[in-house]
Amino acid sequence: MIEVKNVCKSFDGVEVLKNVSALFHAGKTNLIIGQSGSGKTVLMKSIIGIHHVTSGQILYNNRDFTAMSGDEVKALRQEVGMLFQGSALFDSMTVEENVRFPLEMFSNLPKEAWDDRVNFCLNRVNLHNANKLFPSEISGGMQKRVAIARAIVLQPTYLFCDEPNSGLDPKTAIVIDQLIQEITYEYNITTIINTHDMNSVMEIGDHVLFINKGEKSWEGNKDSIFESDNEYLNDLVFASDLFKKIKKNHLLNKRT
Amino acid sequence: MNLITHVGRYSQLMTGVFKKPDKWNITLRQIVKEINKLGIDSLGITIIISVFIGSVITLQMVLNTANPLLPTYVTGLVTRDTLLLEFSSTILCLILAGKVGSNIASEIGTMRITEQIDALKIMGVNAPNYLIFPKIIAFCLIVPVLVIFSMFTGIVGGYIITYTGVISPNDYILGIQYAFIPYYIVYSIIKSVIFAFIITSVSAYYGYFSYGGALDVGKSSTNAVVNSSIIILLFNVLLTDLFLM
Repeated sequence: MIEVKNVCKSFDGVEVLKNVSALFHAGKTNLIIGQSGSGKTVLMKSIIGIHHVTSGQILYNNRDFTAMSGDEVKALRQEVGMLFQGSALFDSMTVEENVRFPLEMFSNLPKEAWDDRVNFCLNRVNLHNANKLFPSEISGGMQKRVAIARAIVLQPTYLFCDEPNSGLDPKTAIVIDQLIQEITYEYNITTIINTHDMNSVMEIGDHVLFINKGEKSWEGNKDSIFESDNEYLNDLVFASDLFKKIKKNHLLNKRT
Repeated sequence: MNLITHVGRYSQLMTGVFKKPDKWNITLRQIVKEINKLGIDSLGITIIISVFIGSVITLQMVLNTANPLLPTYVTGLVTRDTLLLEFSSTILCLILAGKVGSNIASEIGTMRITEQIDALKIMGVNAPNYLIFPKIIAFCLIVPVLVIFSMFTGIVGGYIITYTGVISPNDYILGIQYAFIPYYIVYSIIKSVIFAFIITSVSAYYGYFSYGGALDVGKSSTNAVVNSSIIILLFNVLLTDLFLM
């Protein structure tokens, strides 16, 4: 569980996050949504510690991240997995080496068990016969899978995904979404996903946090989103004709 | 950004670079890789440039020392000292600042803009130490080898050109051996190690603090080469004054 309490973040005097509070539960896919420039990426990067918050607290299972020493932060990082927007795989390493890297750096597993763990993770993300290929030799969807395998190789307690579907076709995007959700349920991970893909919201939005102009504007789940009268949320989620029709049908079905 | 900010950020980065590595075996493996990439891969260009410059220096010396008052072996002597004192350390390092410096800045800069450095940070890896420390150590270890190769092949280049008839090969060999001061080699190696540190650390600094896109990585790469070259030239004056005066 991750709790964000009254978090503010400013850059050069410009307030980007304004007093944001939220609770992200374990075993659920927690989505942060918002328009471009709304502050959702800053919120996620603040939670991970890439940005230092101006004020407020970030609690990882009641451990205050903002008050941790360098060594405590380093220890916590080994409980964290991260899937980056562009996958962020190491170009100079093969798929197998990318997934093995966190094990080499931090694992207490005996060296002989590393290969088994790497193969297990690659199989878990349905990636076969790609171990010896370099990131540049595989597709975007495969790169995302490798990144997920690398993120889960140390059995993290917390998983962060920054725009996991960007640059993927709709079918592959759904596969990646479902994979993240399965892994979240299977290992009871606190997963936070930063997205503006409304398909993801409808597909895996166990808990949805809507950020607008740096403030928490709405909180709910993929079902309650249809009933929301938040103007900004409706403008974002139901911007396309397709989603407008889906909402209309949903409300009609509910009445009948 | 002013000079003080650059110096401050560079110092902070170097503090991270020289912390104890998380895993020594991985660092050693990286050092070996970097020796191959930064050093062994630079051997070809070192040899080619040294042979040609050695030849040209010999030709120039023949022209400029064509005086009946000067002994004929002076061409070899001046060629040797020019190569040992300046070319094989300073000029070679300026050339390598272009090759190695741009390589380091663009590699680390690309890692920065593609979030690979953030990925290392999220994993809890000391990214400056993991990425930059092996490069600095590797290049400082391999540069003396490149300098020795440069000295040797430069002198061979000068010897080859004597067969065109501009000077007798025997006079050239006599000049090469005449009044030889072994300390010049030590001095040259010390200088080159310091220059190697400057090239790798300054280039890594510009790469590490890249932001934006491909264009910005290109700018970082250019800044890395230009600034490391200027710092090398400045240190060359200081070191020459310190070690030879």
